[in-house]
Amino acid sequence: MDFLRPATWEEALAAKAEHPTAVPIAGGTDVMVEINFDHRRPDVLLDLNRVVDLYEWEVGEETVRLGAAVPYTRVIEALGRELPGLALAARTVGSPQIRNRGSVGGNLGAASPAGDSHPPLLAAGAEVEAVSVRGTRLIPVEEFYTGVKRNALAPDELIRAVHIAKADGPQQFSKVGTRNAMVIAVCAFGLALHPATRTVRTGIGSAAPTPVRAGTAEEFLTAALEEEGLWDSGRTVPPSVARQFADLVAACASPIDDVRGSAAYRRHALRVMARRTLGWTWDEYLGNERSARCA
Amino acid sequence: MGVTRTPTPTTQGSETTGGIGESTLRPDGVLKTTGEFAYASDLWHEDMLWGHTLRSPHAHAEIVSLDVSRALAQPGVYAVLTYDDLPTDVRHYGLEIQDTPVLAHGRVRHHGEPVALVAADHPETARRAAAKIRVEYRQLPVVVDEATATAPDAPLIHEGRTDHHSGHVPHPNVVHRQPIVRGDADAAARRADVIVTGDYEVGMQDQAFLGPESGLAVPAEDGGVDLYIATQWLHADLRQIAPVLGLPEEKVRMTLSGVGGAFGGREDLSMQIHACLLALRTGKPVKMVYNRFESFFGHVHRHPATLHYEHGATRDGKITHMRCRIVLDGGAYASSSPAVVGNASSLSAGPYVIDDVDIEALALYTNNPPCGAMRGFGAVQACFAYEAQMDKLAAALGMDPVEFRRLNAMSQGAVMPTGQVVDSPAPVAELLRRVKAMPMPPEREWESAGGGVDVRALPGGLSNTTHGEGVVRGVGYAVGIKNVGFSEGFDDYSTARVRLEVIAGEPVATVHTAMAEVGQGGVTVHAQIARTELGVTQVTIDPADTRVGSAGSTSASRQTYVTGGAVRHTCQAVRERVLELGRAKLGTHHPAWATAELLLESGKVVTDDGEVLAGLAEVLGDEAIDIEREWRHRPTEPFDLRTGQGRGHVQYSFAAHRAVVDVDTELGLVKVVELACAQDVGKALNPLSVVGQIQGGTTQGLGLAVMEEILVSDRATVRNPSFTDYLIPTILDTPPIPVDVLELADDHAPYGLRGVGEAPTLSSTPAVVAAIRAATGLALRRVPVRPENLTGT
Repeated sequence: MDFLRPATWEEALAAKAEHPTAVPIAGGTDVMVEINFDHRRPDVLLDLNRVVDLYEWEVGEETVRLGAAVPYTRVIEALGRELPGLALAARTVGSPQIRNRGSVGGNLGAASPAGDSHPPLLAAGAEVEAVSVRGTRLIPVEEFYTGVKRNALAPDELIRAVHIAKADGPQQFSKVGTRNAMVIAVCAFGLALHPATRTVRTGIGSAAPTPVRAGTAEEFLTAALEEEGLWDSGRTVPPSVARQFADLVAACASPIDDVRGSAAYRRHALRVMARRTLGWTWDEYLGNERSARCA
Repeated sequence: MGVTRTPTPTTQGSETTGGIGESTLRPDGVLKTTGEFAYASDLWHEDMLWGHTLRSPHAHAEIVSLDVSRALAQPGVYAVLTYDDLPTDVRHYGLEIQDTPVLAHGRVRHHGEPVALVAADHPETARRAAAKIRVEYRQLPVVVDEATATAPDAPLIHEGRTDHHSGHVPHPNVVHRQPIVRGDADAAARRADVIVTGDYEVGMQDQAFLGPESGLAVPAEDGGVDLYIATQWLHADLRQIAPVLGLPEEKVRMTLSGVGGAFGGREDLSMQIHACLLALRTGKPVKMVYNRFESFFGHVHRHPATLHYEHGATRDGKITHMRCRIVLDGGAYASSSPAVVGNASSLSAGPYVIDDVDIEALALYTNNPPCGAMRGFGAVQACFAYEAQMDKLAAALGMDPVEFRRLNAMSQGAVMPTGQVVDSPAPVAELLRRVKAMPMPPEREWESAGGGVDVRALPGGLSNTTHGEGVVRGVGYAVGIKNVGFSEGFDDYSTARVRLEVIAGEPVATVHTAMAEVGQGGVTVHAQIARTELGVTQVTIDPADTRVGSAGSTSASRQTYVTGGAVRHTCQAVRERVLELGRAKLGTHHPAWATAELLLESGKVVTDDGEVLAGLAEVLGDEAIDIEREWRHRPTEPFDLRTGQGRGHVQYSFAAHRAVVDVDTELGLVKVVELACAQDVGKALNPLSVVGQIQGGTTQGLGLAVMEEILVSDRATVRNPSFTDYLIPTILDTPPIPVDVLELADDHAPYGLRGVGEAPTLSSTPAVVAAIRAATGLALRRVPVRPENLTGT
């Protein structure tokens, strides 16, 4: 196994162009597990730890440009206001040690349906900045996941950053696991209200071959909020609307039975999480601040 | 050239008196906390090779062909061994029944069974070479439960059995069966006003010790081998290893290495013989260390069980009778299944007075992973079932579940289903009273003054699944009974060697035993005993090895009792020798030498009035007293194979729990809010360690209640051999565990002590499940309870 240690982003791109099979590694929280379990034996590892640009972020007018290797700990500490959904999800990642090393870029590179970052990225709206020696392109996050642990990157591309829309309204994230820490999601759900556009976006994790948005549920809820005039009326979401939204979210999933949970439970849990997160975000939108206080 | 990072003696107590009853700190505590402690996986030797095990991917298959030539041809490979390379005719081992092949012979009986060994100059080379071994398997039908094990055409897991249980079992796929009949259950049932029945299941729990199986075998010039190893019982290993190697036991010298937990999972051999074989074949030191994945295949697990129970009671709340049938899945090899059957049957009635019982327990041979010893050892499975039955009975009678238990609780003088009289304190009702009297934790702790929600206090925690919606509190109680020590007539002795000498003017005691320190704190207690008995402050604990006699196993909650007893006994012999020397040297100086009761205190010989006769340095001079002694507890006897009668157990221990849980009833997520325990320990030799044992056992029971299970496919292969998917409680899952320690001396035991380690593991699980039942109203007949069970999905 060759181990490449580029000092700069340009060197990293050149190395990736020269070794398209090279597996990039930053925090190593996923890649090293795969190697230790002998699930894969890459010919070349491309160590990005020296590329300092990847550990930085910029808060812009509309978006946060989050460097691919910014650890979850920094997201929690520094970006809770701009990216509340992602910060909530980041708190549920692994242990403190894992959160000090793991990053959103790593989650995207691995493209596991169980990655905790995916639902809030889908719900907030995000684009992946994919770069190669050929140039840069921005891939909408919902087009980025192409299959179980597969993504839309070309062999010579690396993830430079993720451009995530700054929250324009309340966001929530919920994850079911069978213990209270260090657990892979049985299923997860992210919800973002976008009052600016009077829309709602969602993200489902661990309940389909890829992370997905619950499209029909979003359309239904966006239409229902508009029809009932709820954005302006200050009223709560009628239970029938919440219930149908929850049912549509569950219907958008295509879960399987596995060691972590049954397909039936995953659908059921998504329904509960969709209903609850809608209640929490709408409460917050109405100003009934009863949001979670976290460590 | 030499072995580095191997055990060194630990000297304790240079600044403390630290006798029994004091919470002296463990000598390995700081090292373990700071990461400096040398575990067996840290063993290292110059020029050492790395061993690797090729394991079966199938649960049941015939080995059609086996070709190691490509592995042998790989550069860096020093040896490849299969069954045909074994050096003697002794090719099987086992704790009680020698049914386990050192390497598979023609057939594999469980997923992960060792098939071949490789030694190479790098672990990765060994791994790759093993992958080049060509094994052609022909899969066979699998036996997975009682129905498939005893079907008319069931494949026999072990053909032609000749072991000592084979003559009395109803089917060759039954390892051992123990009925217990006492009184007349049929007649008693007719007196019952209510009868409740239940079917229960316990999933396969893993010990999940953090230090994986590891050891280093170093070939010696005399043709023997030195083995540095993490185990629970050096001499039992030795007895199994030496015949396979074709060596006399004195040429297999074993030294305990740093052990990272055991919980029963190191009672059986793992890589011991394999590493020795490779070392003797190559003439080089060989290290073997399992990774976490392999560890799940490298040791036995807790027996999964199905249990059918029937209890009756009169309207005034007295239990009339109990009938039960307990089926334990022993997996492919016997391990300690027969003894687990003995425990499950003899403890199946729980700590209750029930005169009329009809009990049957058995263990199966199947193609599932082998199961054997784990903390609680057969008593855990039974306790889950009988405690569920107690709640059912109380409900049927409209009685409070704790009051119902107290009404039927055994006390000293009670008769067990085996006919054995409980002849030391059995404060079952008092433990229940105490645990119920503890203050309750506050409700709705997640609500803060400002109207916010602290999700850390809710089910799901930071996963943010509820802000209080669907959350219901439940409270549950349970109590259990566990035996202490090896039972059924086993010669359960221990050995201690104690040396007393004067070094630089100070008396120093050295304690040498073969006790495996697996984290339980035995080395701390041995030093405390030596200080108390010999009146010294400095005690050196020598590394455990086979140069001293057997200490027996670090299991069955027995080491403080038995090896602690041996250390005390030997210290007393040393003290007698000191006094003999004193009388000879100084007897004429003071009449008290001849007349008074003499003690050793603070480095001096004193009378029981406290008068100092001499310093130890003066008495000993240049002489070292060095004595090795064996010590035994009261003998036990086997259970009658037909009636189950017999004084089978050494001592009983009791613990009670109260669990308080918050359940998110919509998502099926559980937060255990508090798990209070009351336990009688006879005498707390080290109160801090006692509380630690109780909290650890309680947490392991919590794990079984809500998350821990090895899942097996319909082809009997393990589905979750990793800590990613075999979940154990983290500190965020572990609630406050207030502990109320009761000390009612057992006059038959050293210092009156009672084994501590296992009892808290029993009642923790049923208490948590009772609390979940209280919150949800669900029957919950199986552990671990999964979210699916709570949501009907």
